[in-house]
Formats: sequence, C-alpha cells, structure tokens
Amino acid sequence: MKPFRILFRSINDGLRSVFRNFSLSTASILCTTITLILVSLAILVSINVNSFTKDLEHDLTIVVFMDRDSTDEDAEVIQRKIESLSNVDSVEYASKEVVKAEMMGESDTFSAIMGSWNADTNPLQNEFTIKVKEAEGLNKTAKEIEKYDKVDSVQYGEGMVEKMVSLFGVIQKSTIVIVVALVVVTAFLISNTIKITIFSRRNEIEIMRLVGTSNFVIRLPFLFEGFFLGIIGSIIPILITIYGYMFAYDKLGGYLFSNIIRMVKPTSFVFTVALVLLAIGAIVGMFGSFRSVRKHLKI
Amino acid sequence: MKFIKIQDCYKVYKNGVTATAGLNLEISKGEFVFIIGATGCGKSTLIKMLYREEKPTKGKVIVGGIDVAKLRNGKVYKLRRKLGIVFQDFKLLPKLTVFENVAFPLNSMGLKKSDIKPRVLKALELVGLKEKVRSYPNELSAGMQQRVCIARAMVNSPKLLICDEPTGNLDPETSKEVMDVLDSINKELGTTIVMVTHDKDIVNRMKKRVILLDNGILASDELKGKYKAHETV
Repeated sequence: MKPFRILFRSINDGLRSVFRNFSLSTASILCTTITLILVSLAILVSINVNSFTKDLEHDLTIVVFMDRDSTDEDAEVIQRKIESLSNVDSVEYASKEVVKAEMMGESDTFSAIMGSWNADTNPLQNEFTIKVKEAEGLNKTAKEIEKYDKVDSVQYGEGMVEKMVSLFGVIQKSTIVIVVALVVVTAFLISNTIKITIFSRRNEIEIMRLVGTSNFVIRLPFLFEGFFLGIIGSIIPILITIYGYMFAYDKLGGYLFSNIIRMVKPTSFVFTVALVLLAIGAIVGMFGSFRSVRKHLKI
Repeated sequence: MKFIKIQDCYKVYKNGVTATAGLNLEISKGEFVFIIGATGCGKSTLIKMLYREEKPTKGKVIVGGIDVAKLRNGKVYKLRRKLGIVFQDFKLLPKLTVFENVAFPLNSMGLKKSDIKPRVLKALELVGLKEKVRSYPNELSAGMQQRVCIARAMVNSPKLLICDEPTGNLDPETSKEVMDVLDSINKELGTTIVMVTHDKDIVNRMKKRVILLDNGILASDELKGKYKAHETV
C-alpha cells in the first residue's frame, strides 16, 4: 500500500536523522529528559499533595455549640439551615445528654463526675458536628453558622488548616508554571535541532520539491524525527517515575516527613504518570519539529 | 496541439525588476525549443514559471492544461510530476548511488520497489549509463553526471523536459554527448523539450526552434533558428 510505504519511509528517515545528527539530538534528548523528570516530580508531588489535602478536608469539622436554653425544636430549625449551606457535607446533632453519655463512656473519671448530673444541672451544650466539602470555604461556613440565632459558639481549625491547604494550592500552581515553562524551552530546543536537520538536508529537500514530492511527504520525516527525540527523551523519566517512586515508597514506609502525610500507593497511577510523560515527550517533540518545519521548510 | 501556452505574461519581482513584459508564446507537443538571450533577459524566469517555481504577476502560463498561476502551493507537486527538470549543476545527491538518485522521485512518490527497478533501469538505458548503477556521482565525469540527471528527470516518463543550461558546465565534446541524448529523447519518445542555453554552437548545430528573449519580450521566434552575429550570448 502506497500510504504505508510513505509512512514507513518517513519513520525510517526520521529515525536515521536522529542518529545522523547525534550531538544535536543528544542535546535535545537530554533537555527533554531533564524537563520530563521535573514534570514527573511535579505530577507525583501534585498527586500526593492532592491526596493529602483530600484526607485533610475529609477530617475537617466545624463544631457548633448551642445556647444552653436551646430546645430540640431550635436544633431542628438550625439543622435545616445548616444543611441548606452549599459547603456542608453532613450534619450530625448530639444533644447534651448524648454528649454526656459519650464522655462518660470515655473514662471512669468523667463517669464519676458526670454521673450526678441530671437534665437541669448538665452544664454541657447541645452540639452539631459538621463535615464540610471544601477546606477553603471552612471559615466562611463557620462564620455564617455563628450568626444563627440560638448558636452560642463555633469551633473549627481557626484558619490554620485553611492556610495549609491554600499553601498547597500555591505550591501546585507554581509547579504547573515551572513545568509549562520547561516544556516550552524543550519544544524550542527540539525545534532548533530540526531546523539544523532541515538546513543540512536542504539539497535533498530542494530536489524532492522539484521532482514532485508532495509537501506532506517532505514534512513527514521531520515530524517523526521530533517525535522520536521526544520519545527517547522520555525513557529515563519513565523509569525514574516507576522504579524511583516505588523505591521511595518502600524506603519511607508510605509516609512523608511524619505519619500525618500519607503517600499515595504506587499502584497503577505510576504507570498512568509514565504514559502521560511519554505523551508529553511525543507531543512536545512533534510540536517543536512542526514549528521548525513551518518556519524553515520552504516548499 | 499546444502543450505550453503563455499569454500576455508579466513577471515583476518584489524588488521592481521586470523579468517578462507581456510575453506571448505557444509550444506544441513534441517540439524541441531553445530559449536564448542575454543574461537578465527573462529566460530563467520563464522556465521557472513553467515548473511553478515562480508565478506570473499578470497573464497566463498554461502547462499541459494546468494554469500555473492558479495552482495552489499544496498542489504544485502534481504539476511537477508531469515534468522533468535538468539543471546546470546536476543536483545529484552525493551519498546516493546512480540507481538511488534516479529512483529518488519514484521513492518519494511511494512506489513499490518492484515497480521502481525496471523504470530506473529503462531511464538509465536511455542515457547509456545502465552499467553505472552502483557508482556514486563523484565517481562519474561531469557529462555522465548530467546524463544521470536526465535519467532522473525522465524516470517518471514526463511529457515535458525543462533543461536549464544543461551544458553550461561541460566541455564541447561532453556537451555534444548530452545533446545527443536529449535529441534522441525528443525524437524517440516525443517528449517536448524546452532548453535554456548560452551555447552558440549547440543552437547553430541542432537547427531547432529558437526563441530569443530581449528584456522580457519576445525578440524573435524561428523554426530552424540560429544565433545571429549581433546577438550576445
């Protein structure tokens, strides 16, 4: 089949060209490798920070203490109001009797002291335990609830958790910016390599044009060359991602810095990251060569 | 039947230089035409328009039924597959053998190897270089290299062969060899040949149609033309 023959020839030419301009190809491949290692690190950090933030968000609660004179009817009204808030995931009500019973069950000392309290002398307050959907809206939700009638006070992370979560957000965003910048630099470097290939093969290109080779067929080998530069450049980052992360996970026992930050298990996700790296390598390579082909390949 | 029609053709370059100024010309199928004239008279521009390396600024250039001016960049290859072009500097690829050089257009068109081989050998036979298939261009004389170039131009069996000073780099004896090849291609295969040349002897000896250009216009057009004494070369 004619199209397959042209495709095969272009692949062959592209691959041959990678090795023909070895020093230039090596520079492009190294740049791609370094970029993709950083991309891989950024993705791995991002996935772990994301998972940690989710864990944190999952544990985030607002405790709402009601006025001492509030009744069960008041509680029902407030519960409905809380449930209607968009950031609220779940609401659990505990009357002061339930809280007392829970605390008495926790230790004998509590049990001894609280045992003498009856419904009128129980100094505890009726309370709601609220789980929120997103940590970033925690402060706003708590402040909103605090305004309700019959609500005495509200307790939550008091901004610490939010700050941590937003810091993670900043880290993620800056990583993305750095990675995008590196990807652009790599694309330019590959583009430059292709430019030199085009220059070194200008006679061949001129003859191809004059003997009636279609533009597409002239361009195809250069696109494959960029593709191969990107693919070859992604090999080491892929190995580092798969084996490096597994190694780090085993060495650190699945936790980072302390037992609070749990690492994401290196199951199928490292292979997904590896595929992403391969795709980035290929796309950046082809984009770089496409840029050069458009700019420098006069047809 | 007219294979090439040039009607009121103007070509003005961006720098203001006028290469052709209202040129009218017709070339029939199977003709052998010399285009002569002083340097800068528009000869090269004229043949560049034939293979759409240049586009006319105004007027029409029709080659084998294709209006060159209207041809989009992406479709130029279709025109060029119908033509063969022979250059003064041969434009052979030094790292490829004679066979590979001649096979180059067919390879880049994606033809099967089994189809390429007989066509390449036939083209090489036409120029008398069948025994040199494995040689590299630098192992051949200039005349042989030009014959390889002709074989490459003929491998696709074009209807028109455009020759841009093919004997410009050759001595008189070798030039004669090359011209004999071109003449036999014209006579035996009926290929139309348009050749730009400065070589007085060749033009005078071959007695073919001679078109003289002067400052971008047709100065004379003779069926069995010759260089005149006053004409510059």
